[in-house]
Amino acid sequence: MLLLLPPLLAFGLVYLGSLGALFVSSFWTVNSFTTEIEHVWTLSNYQTIFESSAYRQIAFRTIGIAAAVTITDALLAFPLAYFAARIAKPRTRTLLFISVLLPLWSSYLIRVYIWRLILAQDGVLNWALNKLGLPDQHLAYSNWAVWIIFSYVWLPFMILPVYGALERIPESFIEASRDLGASGFLTFRRVILPLALPGLVAGSIFTFALTLGDYVTPLLAGGASSQFIGNVVYDSVGISNNVPFAAAFAAIPLAVMGVYLVVARRLGAFEAM
Amino acid sequence: MEGRWTKIFLRVWTTLVVLFLWLPLGLIMVYAFNASNVQSWPIAEFTTKWFSVAWNSPDVHDAFWLSIKAACLATTIALVLGSMAAFALARFQFFGRESITFLLVLPIALPGIVTAMALNSFFLFAGINLSLWTIVIGHATFCIVIVYNNVLARLRRSSPSLIEASLDLGADGLQTFRFVIWPVLSTALVAGGLLAFALSFDEVVVTYFTAGAQNTLPLLIFGYIRLGQQLPVVNAIAFAMILLTVIPVFLAQRLMRDTGVLRRGAGNVTEAVESAQITAV
Repeated sequence: MLLLLPPLLAFGLVYLGSLGALFVSSFWTVNSFTTEIEHVWTLSNYQTIFESSAYRQIAFRTIGIAAAVTITDALLAFPLAYFAARIAKPRTRTLLFISVLLPLWSSYLIRVYIWRLILAQDGVLNWALNKLGLPDQHLAYSNWAVWIIFSYVWLPFMILPVYGALERIPESFIEASRDLGASGFLTFRRVILPLALPGLVAGSIFTFALTLGDYVTPLLAGGASSQFIGNVVYDSVGISNNVPFAAAFAAIPLAVMGVYLVVARRLGAFEAM
Repeated sequence: MEGRWTKIFLRVWTTLVVLFLWLPLGLIMVYAFNASNVQSWPIAEFTTKWFSVAWNSPDVHDAFWLSIKAACLATTIALVLGSMAAFALARFQFFGRESITFLLVLPIALPGIVTAMALNSFFLFAGINLSLWTIVIGHATFCIVIVYNNVLARLRRSSPSLIEASLDLGADGLQTFRFVIWPVLSTALVAGGLLAFALSFDEVVVTYFTAGAQNTLPLLIFGYIRLGQQLPVVNAIAFAMILLTVIPVFLAQRLMRDTGVLRRGAGNVTEAVESAQITAV
């Protein structure tokens, strides 16, 4: 058993080493003439990011859409999770379970691709709208599309932890609250919601982090002004071969998630994960 | 405690969200039979020819096998290291235990692009050429966590005195493993392995940065969608992949029932949720 520790530690070291390498290389630059990486310590990458309004905008867009997706998913997930955990009969609960698990297990790329077809100019959405006598919507290749698709793709990740938290609330807590004269709404606000909060925060870690680190959906379904942090990183590595700059930009979601995780830990989300 | 209208609201909302989850999946199943190269709605003409086109494409074939190879290797590594880590952390107190727990969760808690960039920088730093093995290492980082979580949840639920009892009654280490530990852990390992395999098979964000010029199946599809090429082939693959997803979901459901989690009824779905949540990475 203990013989297996070294490979595990090696893995940890590779991973930590990678994060370290990322951090270190973000302080290097690429010589614009030779395109060679120069191992000189400089803050120029970070300076470029902070001084350029375009890059600032990309960072705020990414964080903003990640927050919007998280809120959307929380709103969509909570009533469903509540229904499944506290009202549905065991049979319905199993069915609901399967209907959340199947989309979760199916391919991410395929799910993004489907929405591209749905939102396209000549797609299902506009067809349905026309049938109802409503005008076409131009949602394809926009921030709206990115928001809808992320909310769709990560929704199960919110449902499951919220369900877990709600299911663990003892019935007696709710009865006690009602016996003491609290109204349904008061019970919800003072008993259920606080106990469900760790589940909501755990779910939000997934939806927020997954959106923050993604570049595939903005690339496939976003428009010209839907660039995410991930896309800048993707382009810096894939097109301009500027690894140091990409590393510096990747440090932004790293820092944001760091803060987020510290707050989440305070709220007890790690136990609900 | 819920009022009548609250219940109606919850029922309607749940139905709508389930429809929102399922309609797109149903739609792609229909698109797979679209005869046209243009993916517009409504579909004018239906055909089954794209399935054979996809099946006979050498690119799809190669990418599929690379994905299978990477997923098998990553899952194997994850099963060995993940369960080992779970054992060590569940049973022993040692220096640095907390930091190792944190380190293990890091790959799933950090945004994909960070892990991707970190590994990419590391390989560049260490002068390692991108190959099948760099893909496997990238996948293994998050697959280990999945197995680890699954096994740890099971170990926490089982009592350590079982093993002590077995040893006290004169069983040797191997017998204890065979008759006590394995029956307790087997379903957790299968569930964890299944999840790890599925995630590895589907991964694209990290893989792009660790694969170089190689194409896994998701990378191939990614390229096709981005360039708008071979979309009928993508539709056919999507059809097959969604059908294939039924297998792990069915198995997961069976596993939960066989371990008695579902049979025990309302109060005890916790483990089911936990193992399902681990999917949520």
